Amino acid sequence: MSAYLGDVAALARKDLRLELRARDTLPAMLLFVLATLVVFHFALPADVGDDPAYGLLWVALVFTSLLGLARAWVPEREAGALDGLVLAPSDRSAIWLGKTIASLAFLAAAEVVALPAFVLFFAPLDANALAGVVLASVGICAVGSLVSAMAAASRGREVLLPLIFLPLAIPIVVGGVGSSISEEPAKFLAFLGLYDAVFAILSWAAFEYVVTE
Amino acid sequence: MSAAEKYVAAAYGVFLVFVLCWVVIIATKLSRLERETGELVRLARTRVAAGEPTDG
Amino acid sequence: MSMRKPSLTLLASLATALAAVAVAMIFFVAPEDADQGLSQKIFYVHVPIALTAYACFGLAAWKAFRLLTTRGDRYDLESYTGVHQGTIFGALTLVTGSIWAKASWGVWWTWSSNQLVLFLVLFLFYCAYFMLRYSIEPGPRRERISAVYALFGVALVPVSFLAIRLASDFIHPTVFTRDGPQMTGEMFAAFCVSWAAITLLAYVMYRVELAGKRTDANLRELREVLAP
Repeated sequence: MSAYLGDVAALARKDLRLELRARDTLPAMLLFVLATLVVFHFALPADVGDDPAYGLLWVALVFTSLLGLARAWVPEREAGALDGLVLAPSDRSAIWLGKTIASLAFLAAAEVVALPAFVLFFAPLDANALAGVVLASVGICAVGSLVSAMAAASRGREVLLPLIFLPLAIPIVVGGVGSSISEEPAKFLAFLGLYDAVFAILSWAAFEYVVTE
Repeated sequence: MSAAEKYVAAAYGVFLVFVLCWVVIIATKLSRLERETGELVRLARTRVAAGEPTDG
Repeated sequence: MSMRKPSLTLLASLATALAAVAVAMIFFVAPEDADQGLSQKIFYVHVPIALTAYACFGLAAWKAFRLLTTRGDRYDLESYTGVHQGTIFGALTLVTGSIWAKASWGVWWTWSSNQLVLFLVLFLFYCAYFMLRYSIEPGPRRERISAVYALFGVALVPVSFLAIRLASDFIHPTVFTRDGPQMTGEMFAAFCVSWAAITLLAYVMYRVELAGKRTDANLRELREVLAP
């Protein structure tokens, strides 16, 4: 068990270190989410209340994470390293978990910028909304790591990832928006928890089938 | 026909049309498969006539 | 290979007979609905089609599961055909549902019908299945990735349904309702016969398509042997 977690930690650390050195994905995500929020200001008519803004926050988060996920497996692909990892004696699901944790770190970094910007530009965020963001991010990264690996195996890569990811992201958006604007946020937070549990387990179990030749 | 009758007819009609389209597609596929098997049989016959072993 | 499966001729004949009985029962036996009038008859074709689509996706997921756990050769085509049939019937569900919505409420689409919205999400999901499948080189990798995707599909069904239910809290103010079938015995009987007919029809279509795909694969293999 500790060997497994050791592998996961090593893999996640590798991704973070690579990103710190190359610095190409994270700045792009930060800039993208800010630019998107500005675009939304111009996209919203003047007299709508706060609610549409919360909806758009979630659109921004989902599409920003797509940006990050599209590059999630690029380091492995470019170095031809994925085959090496797969052949290594560790459990292949550790690869998925390491990648999920690393993606989560990147997404969290983007959110640290995006959320204050949102509060500044649009509307306040309460504890429920923030809890929703946390839970949703876990779901996005769990499903996203798996789905991104699927897309990486295909010819259409960048085009395919949003197509596969978006239908799966719809429940996340419902949960996130609900936790922000509904009168009963607990329902939506519980739902996000359910989504995370179901799809994290599925992704964890299915990863090895996606990635082996 | 009343409006309601038209919609009911449309719903059942759409179902019928979908199934018939499927029949057309399968029929096309079947003709193609027929043509290909014919070609392969001819190929096999020439091989047999030439006295070559036909893997099997 | 087809020895243990029930004869296709028998099934197709049965489906035809059931369809004939169903039409007779729907239009001549089942009484007209007091509230909705004649347009309620669409229910007899729309709901079985929806249930059949779910069944096809379920079948595809089951075959996908078998593929991943047993590595049997046949499951890939069976799963793929299941998804294909499910998508066809899913599209039909959306179209008949839209017609029913127009007949009942005067609009071609409404976000307040949970089933319609669910099918829209599923339709998007399974359309992406084909895009995914055809952008990967044929081989065991493609089979496995398709299988995982099909399994994700069935997990998505209950989760999406729940999400759509929750979303109705804040998404759409205009709620259309249809008085749930206070079905008489005759209506229920007509529904069951129609459901049986459509399910059987879908299964016959599935078997025919599967035979076509397998023959295609066999021919390709033959061709490689005879004309390398």
